[in-house]
Amino acid sequence: MNVDELERAVEIDWPAELHEVFRRAAVGLVCYVPDAGHTALINLCTADEDIVTNVLTTEEEGIAISTGAWLGGTRSAILMQSSGVGNCINMLSLPVIARVPLLMLVTMRGEWAEFNPWQNPMGQATQASLEAIGVTVMRADTATDVVETVEQATTMAYHGDQQIAVLIGQRLLGKKKW
Amino acid sequence: MVTTMSAVLERRDAVARLLADRADDLVVTGLGSPTYDVHAAGDHDGNYYLWGAMGGASMVGFGLAQAQPGRRVLVITGDGEQLMALGGLATIGAARPTNLDIVVLDNEHYGETGMQTSHTGLGIDLAAIGSAIGFADSRVVTTHDELARLISDHAAPSEGPRLAVLKIRAENLPRSMPPRDAVLIKNRFRAHLGLHPN
Repeated sequence: MNVDELERAVEIDWPAELHEVFRRAAVGLVCYVPDAGHTALINLCTADEDIVTNVLTTEEEGIAISTGAWLGGTRSAILMQSSGVGNCINMLSLPVIARVPLLMLVTMRGEWAEFNPWQNPMGQATQASLEAIGVTVMRADTATDVVETVEQATTMAYHGDQQIAVLIGQRLLGKKKW
Repeated sequence: MVTTMSAVLERRDAVARLLADRADDLVVTGLGSPTYDVHAAGDHDGNYYLWGAMGGASMVGFGLAQAQPGRRVLVITGDGEQLMALGGLATIGAARPTNLDIVVLDNEHYGETGMQTSHTGLGIDLAAIGSAIGFADSRVVTTHDELARLISDHAAPSEGPRLAVLKIRAENLPRSMPPRDAVLIKNRFRAHLGLHPN
C-alpha cells in the first residue's frame, strides 16, 4: 500500500459506505447477531426506514430468514462474527441446494492480535468451514477492499445466485480493548 | 398431558382441513412428515417444501412473511423440527409479524427416525413457550372442535404471530412426496408471486 492508498484507506468510513452499497443494491432486510466490528453498520441499517432489521438469537436463523425473504422477493444480508459461522453450517445447505442468493458479512476474530484464545479455533476454521459447505469466500483486509468486495458480491449474489461470505479482516477492525 | 397414542386428531385430515380454504396463503413445510402431509393435501405453487435444514421452517416462513406483508404465511412443521429452533421463536416473537402463523404437528415423537420420544413427549409445553415469548395467540389443539375454532380464528387478522400445537396421533403413513429439487420449487414459488427466477 503506497502513501496515497494509505491516506484514502484512513479516510474511508467503510461502514457508511457499506450502508450505501446496501441501498444501491436495494437490500431490504438485514439480520444480525451483534459484533463490535459491525456496530456502525447495524446502527445505520436500523435507522434506515427502507431496511427491516432482525436481531437473531443464533446466526443460523439468519440463513433461513434470508432464504425465505428471497422466496418473497426481498434481498437481504446477514452480519455476524466469525464464531457465528460455525453455528450456520447445516442451515447453509438450504441456500446452497436451493441456489438462493446469500450475502454474509463476517467480522473476523482469532487471526490478528487476538487476546482471547477461545476465539482462535473457530476464527481459524471459518474460511475452510464455509468453503466445505459450498459458500464462496472472499477476504477484505482494507477499508477500500471491504467496500469494493461487498459491492461486487451484491452482483454475484443477487444476480448470479451465489452464496457469498465476505470475511472482514481483524487487522482492519483493530485490537479489542481489554 | 395428552398422550399422542390416544390423540384424536389425525395428521393428514388435520392438514387437509387447515389448507381447505387457503386462498392466497403461502405455505412453508418442515422436513419429514409435515412436508408429506401438505403435499398429500394437494400440491400448490404457493408451497415451499423443506427436505432438510432442520430448524429452518419457521424461519423461512418468517423471512417470507417480512418480504410479503400483504399475504398470510402458514408454516406447518413437526415438534422435533420446531424444537430445534426455540431461539428462532424468540426472534419471531421479538419482531411480531402480523401475517405469520405456525402450526406444529405434535405427535411427541421423532417419527422419521424410529419414533423416539421428543421433548414435547417428556413434558415440554411448546404453546406455553409461545405465550411467554411474544406470540399473540399460542394454544394447544386436541379435538376436532378446537381445530375448527383454530381455523376460524386464524382466518381473522392478528396483532402478532400465532402458534398452534396440534396434538396428533403418532403414526407413520405412506409418504406423499413433492419434488426434492429445491431450485425447481423455488422458481415455481417465485413465479407464483410474479417474481423472476433472479
